[in-house]
Amino acid sequence: MTTARQAWVILTGRYLRELYRQPAVIFITLTQPVIWLLLFGELFKNITKIPGFGAGNYATYLTPGVVIMTAMFSSSWTGMAYIEDMQTGVMDRFLTAPVSRGALTAAMLAYQAVIVVVQSAIIIAMGWGIGAAFPGGAAGIAALIGVAVLIAVAMAGLSIGFALLIRQREALIGASSTLVMPLTFLSGAFLSLRLVPGWIAAIARFNPVNWAASAGRAAIGSHPVWGTVGSYAGYLALALAVTAVAATQAFRTYQRSI
Amino acid sequence: MSEGSAIVQAEGLRKTYKPDVRALDGLSFSVPAGTVFALLGPNGAGKTTTVRILTTLARPDSGSARVAGIDVLAHPSRARSVIGAVSQHSGAVSLLTGQENLALQGKLHGMRGRALHRRVAGLLDQFGLAGAAGRPARTYSGGMRRRLDIATVLVHRPAVLFLDEPTTGLDPEGRADLWAVLTGLAGQHGTTILITTHYLEEADQYAATVAIVDQGRIVAEGTPDQLKAGLRGDSVVLELASPGQVEPAQKALAPLPEVRGLSADGAVLRARVADGPRALPAVLAALDVGGVPVRSVTVARPSLDDVYLHYAGRSFRQAEGITIS
Repeated sequence: MTTARQAWVILTGRYLRELYRQPAVIFITLTQPVIWLLLFGELFKNITKIPGFGAGNYATYLTPGVVIMTAMFSSSWTGMAYIEDMQTGVMDRFLTAPVSRGALTAAMLAYQAVIVVVQSAIIIAMGWGIGAAFPGGAAGIAALIGVAVLIAVAMAGLSIGFALLIRQREALIGASSTLVMPLTFLSGAFLSLRLVPGWIAAIARFNPVNWAASAGRAAIGSHPVWGTVGSYAGYLALALAVTAVAATQAFRTYQRSI
Repeated sequence: MSEGSAIVQAEGLRKTYKPDVRALDGLSFSVPAGTVFALLGPNGAGKTTTVRILTTLARPDSGSARVAGIDVLAHPSRARSVIGAVSQHSGAVSLLTGQENLALQGKLHGMRGRALHRRVAGLLDQFGLAGAAGRPARTYSGGMRRRLDIATVLVHRPAVLFLDEPTTGLDPEGRADLWAVLTGLAGQHGTTILITTHYLEEADQYAATVAIVDQGRIVAEGTPDQLKAGLRGDSVVLELASPGQVEPAQKALAPLPEVRGLSADGAVLRARVADGPRALPAVLAALDVGGVPVRSVTVARPSLDDVYLHYAGRSFRQAEGITIS
């Protein structure tokens, strides 16, 4: 029997190879976040002039927000690959091979992490291109990418679990778009929470997207408070653990129902 | 495991899906090693559920299952290393090439390097896929894809190969090709093959042993010849002018002492009799009296269709029609 570690490496390789065969998907994956960055950057250009916004340069404010939003968006579709595998019989073949269910989940999460690292690096480079400042340097940027990976993988676990339980493309698309947009806008990803209504700020405190955006923004700043970054990252890691276990458990429910 | 001993054993398998759909109702059978074994039954009889249990994809509510001496329910991951399973859907990763699909399967079974490479190349060759090995699986034709599916699950040299409705959707030529491959595997390589099918002719022609499944139970098990010989009787096959003539014909024939059973399929009515040639005059006379014209008549030795009718109490086509798969 292959060990779980080897199995997830093998299966992550499978996903990367499939991506490599789809240049159109690679192109969309890499250009979409750049469009968000440029679009929001132009649209909300003058927002920093509102008294109380608290940041002078909107590109600097926006870049970590777009990094986190992109991580959320791309990982919320993770379950689609599972639905595809279930419908084409690929999942059955993997489940009849001596591979643990945990390794199947881990492979997809690892793949998602790779995608998010590449996407985040591109957004950060583009952000720098339109004038964002990163006084926190390399450590800050690494921490921003780190929290992006955490929220992406947590979201991917949720998406996989949902896919295994519901097994319907349309339902996953619906759930994903219903969840991701509000979570993103109920956070400080685009707008300082000092300017939003009190109830939104209150919800944002419990919103993982806001944890990630706040941690990322704090990390790239000139005097990062690592304690704050660390505790947000801790919450995110906890959310990740919950969804990864839920996804693996969903396998059992899936197998009982087939 | 010696030739002839059971390599797959299912004992009293029961499974109920919510809301109380009874898929398996105490299903038991055993498969001799190194042979082709067919689970034959209409859609919804419980064949797929049985295969899913034996290949560790599903768990029964009760009962036991052993494959190659391994208790499938107690040690699913050990069982997985000795089986190969092809589901009704392809199972090939369509963006990966044929070669990559086989290599992926081998790696998941712990194979590496040269040995894996040689095994993959050998199988691609054996299955006539060497020329297409570098193309993504999605470019393969239906028949090629089935061969790829089977080659893929053979990489780790499983003792038992499970195939769920492998010939569905293939043209007659593709079906014959596939059967040549399967019987070759069992004959030359000693692989045990368990397939499910709802094609009676196929099971009759190619399977060494057939188990007939009906409503979650095995109703008969044996070689096709044993099953047919067990009926000790013939069929009188009557082709009537139209399906509307079936009912008056049944009315006319039912009272005859020679007729043991009747089954209809379109405008064709089959009467089960002990001795075809001797019963024929009485059958024709009764139809004449009943005013039912006959277009043609033949006397047939028992088929698996008759076996099915005998044990399941209804014709195979009827069962296909009334069960929900």
